[in-house]
Parts: sequence; C-alpha cells; structure tokens
Amino acid sequence: MSFPWAEQYTPKHPVMQWVDEKLPLPRLVYNAVGAGYPVPRNLNYFWNFGVLAGLALVIQIVTGVIMAMHYGANDLVAFGTVEQTMRDVNAGWLMRYAHANGASFFFIVVYLHIFRGLYFGSYKAPREMVWLLGLVIFLLMMATAFMGYVLPWGQMSYWGAKVITGLFGAIPVVGEPIQTWLLGGFAPGNASLNRFFSLHFLLPFVIAGVIILHIWALHIPGSSNPTGVEVKGPQDTVPFHPYYTAKDGFGAGVFLIAFSILLFFAPNFLGHPDNYIEANPLSTPAHIVPEWYFWPFYAILRAFTVDFFFIPAKLLGVLAMFASILLLFFLPWLDTSPVRSGRYRPMFRKFWWILLADVAVLGYCGVAPAAEPFVMISQIAAAYYFAHFLIILPLISRFEKPLPLPGSITEAVLAKYGKTDGESAAVPAE
Amino acid sequence: MVRIGAFLVGLFFAGWLFISFLVGAYSYVTEPPANTVEHEFYLAPKHVSFSFDGPFGKYDKQQLQRGFQVFKEVCSACHSLKFVAFRDLEALGYNEAEVKAIAKQWAIKTPSVDPATGEPSTREPIPADHFPKPFANNVAAAAANNNAIPPDLSLMTKARKHGSAYVYSLLTGFTDQPAELLKAFPDAKTPEGLHFNPYFPNLNLAMAPPLTAEGQVTYGDGTKATVDQMAQDVSAFLTWTAEPKLENRHRAGLATIIFLLIATGLAYMSYQNIWADKKKAAA
Repeated sequence: MSFPWAEQYTPKHPVMQWVDEKLPLPRLVYNAVGAGYPVPRNLNYFWNFGVLAGLALVIQIVTGVIMAMHYGANDLVAFGTVEQTMRDVNAGWLMRYAHANGASFFFIVVYLHIFRGLYFGSYKAPREMVWLLGLVIFLLMMATAFMGYVLPWGQMSYWGAKVITGLFGAIPVVGEPIQTWLLGGFAPGNASLNRFFSLHFLLPFVIAGVIILHIWALHIPGSSNPTGVEVKGPQDTVPFHPYYTAKDGFGAGVFLIAFSILLFFAPNFLGHPDNYIEANPLSTPAHIVPEWYFWPFYAILRAFTVDFFFIPAKLLGVLAMFASILLLFFLPWLDTSPVRSGRYRPMFRKFWWILLADVAVLGYCGVAPAAEPFVMISQIAAAYYFAHFLIILPLISRFEKPLPLPGSITEAVLAKYGKTDGESAAVPAE
Repeated sequence: MVRIGAFLVGLFFAGWLFISFLVGAYSYVTEPPANTVEHEFYLAPKHVSFSFDGPFGKYDKQQLQRGFQVFKEVCSACHSLKFVAFRDLEALGYNEAEVKAIAKQWAIKTPSVDPATGEPSTREPIPADHFPKPFANNVAAAAANNNAIPPDLSLMTKARKHGSAYVYSLLTGFTDQPAELLKAFPDAKTPEGLHFNPYFPNLNLAMAPPLTAEGQVTYGDGTKATVDQMAQDVSAFLTWTAEPKLENRHRAGLATIIFLLIATGLAYMSYQNIWADKKKAAA
C-alpha cells in the first residue's frame, strides 16, 4: 500500500507505542486518511465528493438510528409514529427532515462523485476495482433508499413499493411468485413493511463495509488526479493530512450550508405531497413517481412502449433499466483510451457533456406524466444513454487523437502557478 | 469480446428505442392526444401571502386562533384532525385553563369504556387527547357524506402542492361551471351531488362550499369575518396543524447557517494557510 516516501507512523507517547504493538489501529487510520497517505497535489474540488458521501452516510446513520427508536414498523401505526416523531419527539422534526433530505444530498454528492469519475477516467486501470466497488455501493444505496421511502407508509411509499416490486413481476413464468415472495404477500402490507425496515437498517452498515473495501482498493494504486498522469515521485504528492483534511473541512462546510438551507427552509421541496397521505390500497395516486434520484432510471423503464416480438415492452423496460446500471460495470473495458482525463480528450469531453445533459433530460422525463411528448423525448434520450456507453465510447477510444499530456503532475501544477499572478492560461480548459 | 457484446446490446436497446420513438411519433401525428377538461379548466392555486412565508416567517397567533375557530365551527363537523391534541393548542396562545375548557366543551366526545360495565361509551376530552373524530369509522363517514369520506385535515397543507394556497383557493374557489366549459366538453357537466371548483384537480368535488356567507363565524377579536378572511385564517391554522414546529425550524435554521458560515470561513482560511507553500511557483 502507498508510495515508498509516505510518512511513517511513529508514536511518541508510551501509551500510543503500547497500543501500536497490541493493535495498530491508529497506524491503520494514519496510513488511510492521515499523513501516511500521499495524495496527488493537484486534486480539484471535484475530489471532495468522496469524503462528502462518507459524511452523508454518517448523517444518515445517526439520524436514522434515532428515528428507529421512535418508529413502529407496522402498517397500522407506521404513518402515525412518523407523525409523532415530527410532533412530540424532542427535535424529532429535525431528525426526520435531516434523514429525508440527507438521502437526497447523499445522492447529489454520489452523482457528482460518479460524474467526476466519468470525466477524469477514474475507472481506468489500475483503479477498476475502485470503480466496481463504487457501483456496488451505488446499487446498495438505491436499494436502501427505496426501502427507506416505503417506511413512512404514505401513498407514494405504498404505490412505489407496488410499482418497484411489480418490476420483478415482469419476469416471465417466475415473475409473479418472485414478487409475492419479495413482498410477503400479494400486495405491499405489514410483512413487506417489516422486512423493508429490517433491511433498511442493515444495508447502511453493509454500505459502510463496502466503503472500507472501496478505500482499500483505492489506496493500492493511490488516488487519481485531474491530469490522469500517474504520480512519478514525492514532489507530485502531499500528505492527506493536513492538506486534504483541510480542503475537505472546507468542502464539508459548503456541503452542510447547502444541506441546511434545504433542511431548514424547504424540507419538503424534494418530497412528494402524496406521501403525507396515509397509504391506501384502494386509492391510486394520479401520478406515481419515485424520488428524484431515480427519475432517469424510471424514464428508461417507461421508454419502452413497443413489444419486441415475444418480449413484452414492460419486460424490455425492466431489462433496460437494470442494464443501464449494470453496463457501468463494463466501463473500464469499453473505454480503451490510454488517456484517462477528459482534459486531454477533446471528443470524449464533448460526449461527456452530452451524456450529462442526456441524464438531466431523462430525469425530467422520469418525473413528467407518462404522456407525449415526454415519452418520445425519453426514448431518444434513453437511446443515447445506451449508445453513449456501449457504442460511442468504444469508438471514440479508437479514433480520438488525444492532446499532449503534461510530463508530470508537478509540471502541470507549475504551469498553473509558475506564471504571473492571476494568469492560468496554461491549464487546458475543462 | 466485451466490446462486441456491448456493441450488440447497445445497438439493440438504442435501435429498439428509436423504433418505439417512430411508432410513438407516428401515432402522435396521426391521432394527437385529445385535450382534457382538467387540462383546460384547472387553475393553479391563487397567490396569497401569509405571515409564515419565507425563511423568517412566524405564525400569527391571532390568525391561528381565528382559524381554529373556523375549524371548530365549520370544518370539524365532518373533518377529523387526528394527529393534533388539545394540549397542542397552547402554541396558539391559549393558557392551560383555556385549553382544558376547549377540550371539555368540544362537541364531539372521546370514545371510551364505561368503567362500571365495560360497555363502549364516550367521555369529555381532556387536553392530552387528540381531537376526536366526527365519525366512528369510514363507513359512517361515507354514509353521511354522499359516499365521499372527508379527509383528515392534520396534514392537508403538506399533502397538496402549495398546500396553504391550495386550501385557501379551494375554499374561495367554488363557482358555477363556466359556459365555455360546457360548450367545449358537453360530457363534463358536474354530476349531481358534486360541486364545481377549478382549483380541485379533477374539477368536481363532493364537499359543498363550506364558507358561504360573511359573518358565518363571529370572531372574538373583532376581525370582520369575510369569506376571504375565514378562508385565509383556516388555511393558516391548517398550516400550523401540518407543521407545528415551523417556527423552531426557522429559528434553528438561522442559527445553524450563521454558525456554518463562520465555521466554513475559518475552514477556508485554514485551507488556504495550509496550502500556501504548495500553491507558489517555487514549490
């Protein structure tokens, strides 16, 4: 792990020396997120989002564990106990709004983290495992978020659970038994609520475990950086602490300010009003929509409107929705360009921006009612999504002529700061 | 191999989506979707301003008390308020004795058990009780209301988009069906027993106009009880029932943001300080 010039952990206090002999946990932390981890010196603010995602997970676990103390996982009382938390529990409203909005902020920072990785080629060798584990975390987050949204047992909780488990019902022959098995009944009910609560409590700790693997895998090659040029010597790196702990401290402050603005002044902005209506199996909401972070995938699901011979459109939509995430697992082998960073890949960069806009359009279509013209727009956007990763990226890697790379990280940094004050023309535009 | 497989999968999904698009576009052009009466005649909630709007907003206790009076004298005949307790009314400025009296004199009694016989019975509510429901169950509620169950109002303003304005608009929005509506959509005549209201998403609702005449409620503080005033007051009251901690939230938010701004400023300075030597040319 790490570079030979990494600072060594040398405990001075006899107690710490004693601890280090018996259980070198402080040493582990020192080498993981302390001065013992050398990091490229040129990381930009987009490298803040990994730490921020970790912070978001901590917020979710703390607020979630407290809320679980006041929650009743039973379909007869769940909605009422959440309301009781809001009204009669000390700072219960704060815990609940922090948890609900915390989920959104967790996804915001994770999406920024993922798109950072896409732009700067962080998924490429030798960091494929970091990318794969990150995707595992993303999938676990989606499962956790979905099950968490069911717990308040509002209308969207209930109908969301029905629609999402209904996806498995689209599988031929075994679909319906699987759906019944997942729900513990023919429709969402007490059995579903109980298992979702149990799993919603468990999965965040699984996520925490995979995060440890994610960081472990990252520390073997070391962090990537905006130039995509590998570290060549000690002059290219700075110790994680204090350099990046200071930068992450500032990033965490900005993150918490944005989070607080929403949490305290518009806590229901990202939620759906229907979830303040208690679940009612006899009354279907006019539009069933998932939380915003699922909108692009929901749009892909609904974009398939025509049966493909014997495959019904619904099954195609389900397959495509799962494929839209699973294909990311193959990304390190689809994009074969030896240049990592989008800074030095003019064509790739343009398509990255198109992808970003495309996902935004998909998100917009995902929340819109399933009517024209949104379905047509989502079909084009979804087609681009698949074409981007499966066709365009492999072709670009083949034909693109990358720009010249800087000789080293330090060279790139000096190009930025070596000029007279205020001038940074030597940095390639992003 | 991975890339050939990916290419085929990508071609399949993208191709089939494109064909689906063409199919959809063809039917969109040949038979454009019919316009609906809801799409044409539904109105977004009116603009109305309240004391609790904005990041510094606070409830106007006088207004909440007036709104509570409207709820008590009009809404509570049919609508429950099950997540709110009488004790919560202290937040409206009533003292303990007043809350006790309000609970004691409440028209609907709290379901209970006769201590002597064990038979179901009722008793006078106490401050710790939640507001008793006007109907024993949904069947009774539906039977008394032309088959429509009056929804619980505790969370109404959070359960609708722009809830406070929605409640206000709905209460003041009852009107006759416009002639042009009947001309354009002859089948959309409001059915017997329903009432036309353009602020209701499907335009016809079971509730009859509840606030019909000026002076329907006699306000203790001398405010003139116009329909508009009563609608505003009860919307404010229902905003409070849905979000009783709004003032705590605004206060805590302000303090948190001020703290975070200072902390983040210090964090930025410490970041700049630590990095000072690395950002110079001669690093």
